[in-house]
Amino acid sequence: MTWFASPSEAVTRLRQTGYLSDDAIATSVFLAGVLEKPLLAEGPAGVGKTQLAKAIAEATGADLVRLQCYEGLDEARALYEWNYKKQLLRIQADDDAWDDIFAEEFLLERPLLKAIRSERPTVLLIDETDKADVEVEGLLLEILSDFQITIPELGTITATRRPFVVLTSNATRELSEALKRRCLYLHLDYPTPERERDIVLAQVPGIAETVAEQLARTAATLRALELKKSPSIAETVDWAHTLLALGREVLDEQTVAETLGVVLKHHSDQQRAAKELGLR
Amino acid sequence: MIDRHIGFVHALRETGLPVSLAEGLDAAHALRHIDLADRETLRAAYAATLVKRPQHREGFDVLFDLWFPSTTQGPRKHRGEDPEDLRDELAELLNGDPAELRAFAQAMVERFGQVQAGPGRQSWFSYPVMRALSPQTLIARLLGERGGLPEKVARRRIATNIAAFEAEVATDVRRRIAEEQGRERITRSAVRPPIDRRDFLRVTKAELAEMRREIHPLARRLATRLSMKHKKGDRGRLDFRRTVRASLQSGGVPLTTHLKPRRPHKPELVVVTDASDSVSGFAQFTLLLTFALREQFTKVRAFAFVDTVDEITKYFAPGADVLDAITRMTTEADISRFGRTDYGHVLRTFEERHADALTPKTSLLILGDARSNYQQPNTETLKRLTGKVRHAYWLNPEPRDQWDTGDSVASGYAAIIPMYECRNVRQLAAFIEETDVGG
Ligand SMILES: Nc1ncnc2c1ncn2[C@@H]1O[C@H](COP(=O)(O)OP(=O)(O)O)[C@@H](O)[C@H]1O
Ligand SMILES: [Mg+2]
Repeated sequence: MTWFASPSEAVTRLRQTGYLSDDAIATSVFLAGVLEKPLLAEGPAGVGKTQLAKAIAEATGADLVRLQCYEGLDEARALYEWNYKKQLLRIQADDDAWDDIFAEEFLLERPLLKAIRSERPTVLLIDETDKADVEVEGLLLEILSDFQITIPELGTITATRRPFVVLTSNATRELSEALKRRCLYLHLDYPTPERERDIVLAQVPGIAETVAEQLARTAATLRALELKKSPSIAETVDWAHTLLALGREVLDEQTVAETLGVVLKHHSDQQRAAKELGLR
Repeated sequence: MIDRHIGFVHALRETGLPVSLAEGLDAAHALRHIDLADRETLRAAYAATLVKRPQHREGFDVLFDLWFPSTTQGPRKHRGEDPEDLRDELAELLNGDPAELRAFAQAMVERFGQVQAGPGRQSWFSYPVMRALSPQTLIARLLGERGGLPEKVARRRIATNIAAFEAEVATDVRRRIAEEQGRERITRSAVRPPIDRRDFLRVTKAELAEMRREIHPLARRLATRLSMKHKKGDRGRLDFRRTVRASLQSGGVPLTTHLKPRRPHKPELVVVTDASDSVSGFAQFTLLLTFALREQFTKVRAFAFVDTVDEITKYFAPGADVLDAITRMTTEADISRFGRTDYGHVLRTFEERHADALTPKTSLLILGDARSNYQQPNTETLKRLTGKVRHAYWLNPEPRDQWDTGDSVASGYAAIIPMYECRNVRQLAAFIEETDVGG
């Protein structure tokens, strides 16, 4: 299937879902589609990595299958598992059922299997890959190489249509070289103030353009302070919602001082910012 | 295009960017699908297929601009020709649309950038351009808003635009040099090694700030690694009581097995770090690391030394500002008597005063170059200290081939404690990933 016809078409269609891209995002998304390669989006929290996968699915009318990674995630949760309970019950009911219990109806399908078997266009989001243990990367590498899964009792299942794969990582650790080589890479970072203003305008209907601009510039200033946790796009968007709710038309010092808690979550960051920016 | 593609990939490899054969092919495939005349799409296509670490991006961009230079926008109309008029024009651009900066930068390099480089030889440079236009001195004029937040915001914007202008000038200077003397010549001098390979012992202040961002994830990772007790994949032992209780609902058949949750053991960490001048870049780095670790471990105690050792944990309380902490530590803590590192004395003092910090649950991390001003290594004390703890490691910021040269007593200590060369962020990351801490 053709996911996107060109980078500029990707810009337009992502824009229609409220997602604002740039040259790097649009080109890598377009290429991931035509080259049928997984796209690894890496960067700090809250810069739109997860949202990108969702936007791709929405823009192309594909299903979204999500594998959320965490420490201790294993094959049984990522790939498939036999329904042990159901199998036992069947054997209790019928002693001769031993040959039947490794059949489709006892299979618990997990996200990776689901995405591979799906007949419909599918975006497979493997979210926060860096949280999984290193072993999981081996599994992903295998599956993302030939898009097939072998279940000993059932045989090999090959994708009829390859899913559009997006992996995300907050870079809390480095993913293996092998996995990175297999993927196209997109580094998502805090946006330029111009782009962030546009994101705020797209995500928060009703916000005045001047306020969006001030928010974006102030967020950039806060990020330059090297805080423990820099404000993300998500927080700028929250900030905009807050100002709208409070009915503030300008982002003056008083307003910033009152609402700083929306963007900075650590007390020490708030203190540091107040000091550096000369807020009372 | 093929030739240029091959040359570009070759140059990337030459400057230390690891491009595999398969990745080179990916890039070539990508080129077949995009509009090659659109330079930013071309850049993005190469970046997506070849650059898999953000640290490599800076060098990549420098090379991309050399191999695929932007077309110069022909002669530009200026409002005047004398430097003051040009400064006015720059001021306007810095306040306005950064997209216009490139054409202006190219014109300014043309105008001011060529100077005598040696007897009878002209070449291109950035500094005469910056001297003629002196953008920093425009800041005062550009700051409409004075005081408080608005000034900060305005300053930030202007500084970003000045940096963008300087980058455009530097790019155009490199382009011209490449045109006159060949790309190969400038490639090697133009690209610095990526941040994760820069030597701790030679870092600048600005680089240190950059490294800080690299350190936090590593500290978190180290904490996770040190707390892994069980082999991976071990989901915990069977919880017999819960399993039996649950089986009552299914007529005594244990349909659902309950596993005890894996109980991560809470890691305790003791960091002992060299804070002497011979390792000052490294010391600053290790203090940053210590600070980051402080946030990740339940119990961290940190000690610093020059010729005597003192506890510095309190300066690094969670939430404290790291730079304040470093300043306070250097003025308040008792770590230096005569200012000449003495590892033997330090270990002895540590044992006398702080041995209680070490328990069978502790991981001990010693950070230093083992340069001891010609004092004998105090191996007996170190043996006793490492015997008390669960894990002990020594990270040495010097290249391995300099260990034991001069006053280094590295291998004397390395016989007792695993010692790792740790000169840059990359090696630190490798240490964290490769060390067998699961035991
Ligand atoms: N490019 C973008 N266009 C529109 N909204 C964005 C964009 N990037 C981030 N956002 C906003 O930020 C929020 C958080 O993004 P998310 O994808 O959850 O971050 P991440 O997965 O990187 O941590 C989104 O819900 C959206 O509101
Ligand atoms: Mg996310």
